[in-house]
Amino acid sequence: MSTFVYMTRCDGCGHCVDICPSDIMHIDETIRRAVNIEPNFCWECYSCVKACPNHAIDVRGYADFAPMGHSVRVRREEEKGTISWKIKFRNGKEKDFVSPITTKPWGKFIPKLAEEASPNHGEINSQRLYTEPNGLNIEGDLPTISKDTFKKGVYY
Amino acid sequence: MITNNPFSGLSELISPVAMQGFVLLMIGLVTISTLLDIMHKKNVKYFFDNAKKAKKSAKIKLTSTQRTSVILKTVVHDIATTAELGRGKRRVAHVLGMYGTIIFWTASVLLIFSFPTAGIKTPASLTIMWHVGAMMTCLGGYWFWLFLRVDVLAEAHPWYRIIKADLFVLALLACATFGLLWSYTQSSGMIELSYLFLILFIASNLILFGGVYWSKFAHMFYKPGAAIQKNLAEADGSRDNLPPLADAPKQFGLGIKREQPKHY
Repeated sequence: MSTFVYMTRCDGCGHCVDICPSDIMHIDETIRRAVNIEPNFCWECYSCVKACPNHAIDVRGYADFAPMGHSVRVRREEEKGTISWKIKFRNGKEKDFVSPITTKPWGKFIPKLAEEASPNHGEINSQRLYTEPNGLNIEGDLPTISKDTFKKGVYY
Repeated sequence: MITNNPFSGLSELISPVAMQGFVLLMIGLVTISTLLDIMHKKNVKYFFDNAKKAKKSAKIKLTSTQRTSVILKTVVHDIATTAELGRGKRRVAHVLGMYGTIIFWTASVLLIFSFPTAGIKTPASLTIMWHVGAMMTCLGGYWFWLFLRVDVLAEAHPWYRIIKADLFVLALLACATFGLLWSYTQSSGMIELSYLFLILFIASNLILFGGVYWSKFAHMFYKPGAAIQKNLAEADGSRDNLPPLADAPKQFGLGIKREQPKHY
């Protein structure tokens, strides 16, 4: 279920634009309010729903049951470190959930690649990923398995 | 300059009745354009439909005293300080611009209707109000438009990129800026320049008040309504279907601090 914006609630702060991993939250050029420009490309991560300080972004229900009065809404309280969801079913049943915020601070776990040296030819052709082996938090080198130990006929 | 009443100087060229007629015309344009906007967007209809829905799912029936209390609290806390913008530069800029505009417009109306000719002595406090209001509008408005606009701050567009949404803020800034320049050139005896800035001041007023249908002008009427409805929904328990405030256990700890949205 993709997201949409209540224009009366949005104040155009840009938090959703900033956080959207799919880069589909943009600012409308006529009224300067947030808008999901491509709901089909929405990953449904609901980062924007949670990040909105004005509860202006909501989850768009599927057309077959949305008119029956369901609702999925979220309240994020940073000072308490909680994220609460209220699910209202189409039969009127309501469920409340409270979870801790587990979002990591901006940049803390994201390598700043622009500040790093360019990889050499050997590193580019290596099987290892950028942060390996250090990023795996293991001592020494990556574990290896000798090809002699492979069962014949299975892997080749 | 700050004690100059530019409208009394103008009365030698334009009659006070014409100036007063212009003000009434602007008020009429705002009223008609806002009504057309309401009819086109159907936002007021949506607003009342939503309020009816909220009333149905209310957990508590509010008395008229409780409703009045919520409305008054909203006016003082949310509307008067634009609380929806949170704590930060955007709120400061908006408060500066908002109060600057209110002071500027109120002083303009008082000057035009009460002290329109050179024969009547204008109190210095009123002319100071007019100039300070225009300066506050410029300060808040230019700060917002050059640095704090979401297009610039979060979308990384250059400050000089102008879109339709800028019609309101740019017309308002033009009004305040040309008004100040007109007053300065008039009080300094730069007659030709003062006529130029007067024409630009009138034109920017026409764009600001005549462009309500196409601009964000009417947000100053809608936003207070939305804030009141939001707080009434919190008070009656319907909360627009939002979950209640979390009764968080201690181990949940502190969440991350919200940062400015500029990680593009």
